[in-house]
Amino acid sequence: MFDVLKIAGRNLSRYRRRTLLTLLLIIIGMVAVLLFISVTGSFKSMMVGQITDSVLGHLEVHRKGYVASIDTLPMNLNMKPGAVAKVEELLKQDKSVETWSPRVKFGGMFSNFMETTSIRVNGVEPAREAATVPLLRGRMVEGEKEGALVEKGQIVIPVLLARGMKVKVGDTVVLVATNRDGSVNGKTFVIRSITEGISGPGGRDGYIHIDDARELLRLKDAEVSEIAIRLNDPTQLDRVTASLKQALGTTSGKPPGEAPGQMAGGPGNSDGKPALEVHTWADLSPFASLARMIDLMTVFIKVVLVSIVLVSVMNVMVMAVYERIREIGTIAAIGTRPSRILSLFLAEGLLLGAIGTVLGTLLSLAAIYGINLWQPHFAFGQQQDLVMAPTIGMGQVVTVALLVMGVAVLASLQPAWKASRLDPINALRHV
Amino acid sequence: MSLLVAKGLTKTYQMGDVEVQAIKGADFVIEPASFVAFVGPSGSGKSTLLNMIGCLDHPTSGTLAVLGTDIATLDRSAAADFRGKNIGFIFQDFNLVPVLTAYENIEYPLIMVQEWPAERRREQVMRLLKAVGMESQADKRPDQMSGGQKQRVAVARALVSNAKMVLADEPTANLDHDTAYKIINLMKKMRDEFGTTFIFSTHDPKIMSEAETIFTLEDGHVASTNHQEAAHV
Repeated sequence: MFDVLKIAGRNLSRYRRRTLLTLLLIIIGMVAVLLFISVTGSFKSMMVGQITDSVLGHLEVHRKGYVASIDTLPMNLNMKPGAVAKVEELLKQDKSVETWSPRVKFGGMFSNFMETTSIRVNGVEPAREAATVPLLRGRMVEGEKEGALVEKGQIVIPVLLARGMKVKVGDTVVLVATNRDGSVNGKTFVIRSITEGISGPGGRDGYIHIDDARELLRLKDAEVSEIAIRLNDPTQLDRVTASLKQALGTTSGKPPGEAPGQMAGGPGNSDGKPALEVHTWADLSPFASLARMIDLMTVFIKVVLVSIVLVSVMNVMVMAVYERIREIGTIAAIGTRPSRILSLFLAEGLLLGAIGTVLGTLLSLAAIYGINLWQPHFAFGQQQDLVMAPTIGMGQVVTVALLVMGVAVLASLQPAWKASRLDPINALRHV
Repeated sequence: MSLLVAKGLTKTYQMGDVEVQAIKGADFVIEPASFVAFVGPSGSGKSTLLNMIGCLDHPTSGTLAVLGTDIATLDRSAAADFRGKNIGFIFQDFNLVPVLTAYENIEYPLIMVQEWPAERRREQVMRLLKAVGMESQADKRPDQMSGGQKQRVAVARALVSNAKMVLADEPTANLDHDTAYKIINLMKKMRDEFGTTFIFSTHDPKIMSEAETIFTLEDGHVASTNHQEAAHV
C-alpha cells in the first residue's frame, strides 16, 4: 500500500499547479470550517455556561403548569413540601447530580421610598444557590462578593434596576408582594450587592433569603416554586432528565407508587396526570434556539466544504485520467489488475484529501491559537466585554478530517472506476 | 510443450455496419526461447495478432493456446493476471511512466502487478538494469534519456517479472538504424540470457533479418514462414 501511495504522490506531483490549487481549496475549506466550529462552539459553550451556571442550572423541576404561566410567577403552582422531598430523594440517588437549589419565585414591587417599580425575586438558600449556579457570585459588580450570597434582611438587585432607581449598596429598600390570598405585605431590605445583567430568563432577577421570601409571602409550608439542579457532568443531561421524568411519572399517566391524584405528597391531579414536570435549560432559555441555529449553520458550512472538496478533487482526477489514458493502457497491458488501477487513482484522491486535511488542520490550529493570544472582545445582549476564546475538540477535528478524506476518495471513485474499466487496446491507441 | 499454438485463428471487427476481418484463419506454432518476427505491410494484421497473443483481445473463432492456456477462457482480471505472470510488453513509443526514474519504471510491474517484497525487488531491478546496460542511468527520468535508453528500460521492464514471452509491436520504429540494431541485439541477448521468447512485429527488412523465425502476414493470412540463421550486424 505504501508503494502505491508513493506512486500516487509522484503522479500528483506531475501536475504541480493543478494539485496545489486543489490543495489550496481544500485547505481554505478546512480552515473555514474548523474556525467556524471553534468560534461558534466556544461562543455557544460560553453562553450556555453563563446561562446554566449563573441562572438556570442544568435543569429544573416545577409543578405542572408553572412554566406555561411563568411570566406571572403563580404562587398557587408552587411545589408542596412532600413533592420537594420526593424530588430531593431522587436527586440524592443520582450520582450525576452535583447539587440543587430550591427557590421561591415571585413578582413584587421594589421601592426606594421615592419611586416604585416591579421586580422578579428569587428566594434562595444562599449556600445551595451559590453551589448550583457558581457563576452568580462572579456577576456581582458592586458590594459583597465574599461570604454568603445573601443574608436574611438583605437583597441582591440587578444593575439596571439599581441605576433606574438610583440606589446603591447599603441603601434600604422595600419589597411589597401579594400573597396567595390576595393580601399585600411589605418588608425592608438592605442592598447587599448589585449583579450585572445576563441575557435570557432570570438574567435580571433579584435575590433574597428563602426565609425572607416565605415571610413576605406568608407561606406556612416550606413550599418552593422550582428546584434548579446542577450536574457534575453536563453531557449526562439527557439521561438525567429522562430518568427524572420517568421517576417522577412526568412521561406516564401516573407517578410510580402513587395513587391517582397524588404525587409524592404533592398537589396531584385528580385525573392521575403527572403533577411535576422537568425542563432542561434549553427548554427554558430562548438562547437554545440560537444554539440550534449555530448547529444548523455548522451543518451548512460542512456541506459547503464537502461541495468544494467533491468538485475540486473530482475535477483534478477526471483530468488526470483523461491525460493518462495511454499510460493506463500500458499499466493494464503489463498485467495490472483493474482493481489495482482503481486503487491507484483512489490513492491519489485520498492523498490529496489527506495532505489538504493535515495542512488545513495545522493552519486552523495556528489560527485558533493566534485568536486566543489576541483575545478579541465582544458584546452580546446584556453582556459586555466578553472575550472570544475559541477552542476545538479533537473529536471535531477528526470528524472534519475524516469527512474531507472520505469525500476526496468518493470524488475520485468515478474517475478511478473509469480508468480501471478502460480497454487496454483502445487506451494504448489513444492520442 | 510449444509456447504458442494457433489454429484457424480469426478476428473480425465491427466498424459501424461493416465487418472487417483482420485475421482470416491463421495457423502457427512458436517454440520456447525463440526469436520471432511477424512482418507485413500496414493493415496486414500484425498488431491484431500480437494483441491476441498478448491476451489483450479474444479471437472471434479458432483457438490460441498460450503456454497451454486457451486465451478465450480468460476474463478481464484473469487475462491481466496471466499477462502479469507470463508476458512482457515493449511498445513503439516506449510508454514509460514520465514521473518515474529508470529504476522505478523497471520496478513498477513488481509493485503494481507482482507485489514483490522490497529487497527482492531491488535485487531484480539492479540485475535487469545491469543486463540492459543502464546501471549508471538508474536515476534518470524518461525526459532525460535518449530513445535507445528509453527502449532499453522498456526491455528491462518487460523482463523484470521473469516473463516467458515478450511481445514488441514495432519496437524500433521510433529509433534510428544503429539504435534499432542495438535494441534488437539486446533483445536477442536477453533471450539467450533469460531464455525468454521474443515476438516482435516490424516492416523494416533489415530488422526482420535478425529474427530466427519470420511469419509473413498478408491480408490477415500467414502467407509464409521462414526459419533462418539470423544475420549479424
